[in-house]
Amino acid sequence: MSYSKPEFKASYGNFINGKFVDPIGGAYFENTSPIDKSLIAKYPRSQKEDVELALDAANAAKESWGNTSATERAALLNKVADIIEANLEEFALVDTCDNGKPIRETLNADIPLCVDHWRYFAACIRAEEGSATELDSNTLSMNIKEPLGVVGQIIPWNFPLLMLSWKLPPALATGNCVVLKPAEQTPSSATLLMEKIADVFPPGVINIVHGFGPEAGKPIASSSRVDKVAFTGETTTGQLIMQYASKNLNPVTMELGGKSPNIFFNSVMDADDAYLDKAIEGAVLFAFNQGEVCTCPSRILVQEDIYDKFMERVVTRTEAIVQNSPYDSSCMVGAQVSNDQYEKIQSYINIGKEEGAKVLCGGGANKDGDLANGYFIKPTILEGHNKMRVFQEEIFGPVVCVTKFKDEAEAIEIANDTLYGLGAGVWTRDAHQLYQIPRAIKAGRVWVNCYHAYPAHAPFGGYKKSGFGRENHVMMLDHYRQTKNMLISYDKNKLGFF
Amino acid sequence: MERIAITAEAAEIVKQLKEKHGALIFHQSGGCCDGSSPMIFEKEDMYLDESDVFLGTLEGVNFYMNKDQFEYWKHTHLTVGITEGRGASFSLEIPLGLRFIIHSRLLTPEEETFFSKK
Repeated sequence: MSYSKPEFKASYGNFINGKFVDPIGGAYFENTSPIDKSLIAKYPRSQKEDVELALDAANAAKESWGNTSATERAALLNKVADIIEANLEEFALVDTCDNGKPIRETLNADIPLCVDHWRYFAACIRAEEGSATELDSNTLSMNIKEPLGVVGQIIPWNFPLLMLSWKLPPALATGNCVVLKPAEQTPSSATLLMEKIADVFPPGVINIVHGFGPEAGKPIASSSRVDKVAFTGETTTGQLIMQYASKNLNPVTMELGGKSPNIFFNSVMDADDAYLDKAIEGAVLFAFNQGEVCTCPSRILVQEDIYDKFMERVVTRTEAIVQNSPYDSSCMVGAQVSNDQYEKIQSYINIGKEEGAKVLCGGGANKDGDLANGYFIKPTILEGHNKMRVFQEEIFGPVVCVTKFKDEAEAIEIANDTLYGLGAGVWTRDAHQLYQIPRAIKAGRVWVNCYHAYPAHAPFGGYKKSGFGRENHVMMLDHYRQTKNMLISYDKNKLGFF
Repeated sequence: MERIAITAEAAEIVKQLKEKHGALIFHQSGGCCDGSSPMIFEKEDMYLDESDVFLGTLEGVNFYMNKDQFEYWKHTHLTVGITEGRGASFSLEIPLGLRFIIHSRLLTPEEETFFSKK
């Protein structure tokens, strides 16, 4: 089945205080589709004064929103989930157009997951409760969770509506107001969502400000009028945001980069069965979402005694990937999000070759037919060793580096020889390995005999330079809250000190 | 002998940005969405210390990289270029619709010897 580019208005505004408003300075930027470089629409090139307007609205709304009941907030989150679900295909098409990813992914993964994350946090906030401890017969310690107030959120472009749906629901469920900046590469689905849910929340609870990082992102991250900043992106910006937060003594959560190892032990080839088939697919998942995933399994480590046989199957499967129009439901790998990413990835493939990596398949841009108009890269496998730059830096494209290991100790050593610790994959039929190896890997998420699953209710976040905080889970609620401890005495008698 | 260089086109953009923003620094970012790219900031914006390695000066702008990252990059020569693009980071060229980009090559044996003595 084939879809076509969705319709857009000529331009959109920021969503502030419950309505769409033009940027104060009147400047817009053109957002184009990476599939064919065609214009999507114009979005506000917001400046500090637009962010201030959003912060005014959020700060004005925070008292009353923070005092709404969990029942009420959960009901509104569920309403958003229902609206996304009812318009699933429309959201899927918009994200495919804006980001370049295949329609089969937005239809079957991105948007259904969005729906689930909104529902998950609606459920969480109803099910959890504070705590109370009687410290002694006369003293009660009571913990009540309170919202922080106003939260600034800056999200990336790789899963546009899904990243919004990871960030907004826990912040709103806990009673915070939000000022969110979508990535300027993918502003469309956040805007479409605001059109559809404009009346769901009281004005000022959700505010969306579009624009560029230095002009609109920095004023959010550095404002003394936000009480917390949540960021997904890369390390230098993460470091800057933490610096700004330190001036305001604000908490932050950071989901940063990764260079995730995907480890295949020799037992995967003990039989040629459904499990082996799954493991081969697990290796090829490096190409999922064009490799534009912070947890992209971008280093394949294969035990040396199965290396040749296993990699032969992986290369064959990779070569069978269909790369055509992302609007076609047969498309498996779409377009990279922008020209600079496209060039950066090609530059990495070249440095890999220069460092002596062998190209097992792919190896450059795909310019077949209409694909020449967009930013398409052929899924690429580079064979080399872990000290090469292509093994150490996040390429953020459909490029995987493969190397071999001798035994468990070497697998762990290579897996942990990275600055990052976001994700990892372990594939084995050995019951001991499937417990012990994941525990030895310094990463926040280890997939065991699977990869790239991101269900709500499984905490997700990084070790090392991949950041901190755990999203997609009830524990995220506490990243958006204060604990109010009320220490209550039943005792009628004085201390006797004075 | 230098570890880093800049293309004429990129140097022109650095000049423009200096006129607009004053003193600047480059910092090479690590991974994720907009990462693995050189970023340019106002000089006072980023706190630098011994965890950052100084690689050289381009158009009067000092270029730094995190020490841990440098361990993996130290065998490469870097050239800062510029290309059309978009980015969600706070790098100052982004509003121009441009991105700085790194072109790398391995150090020659002569360069490798030279820098290992430094």
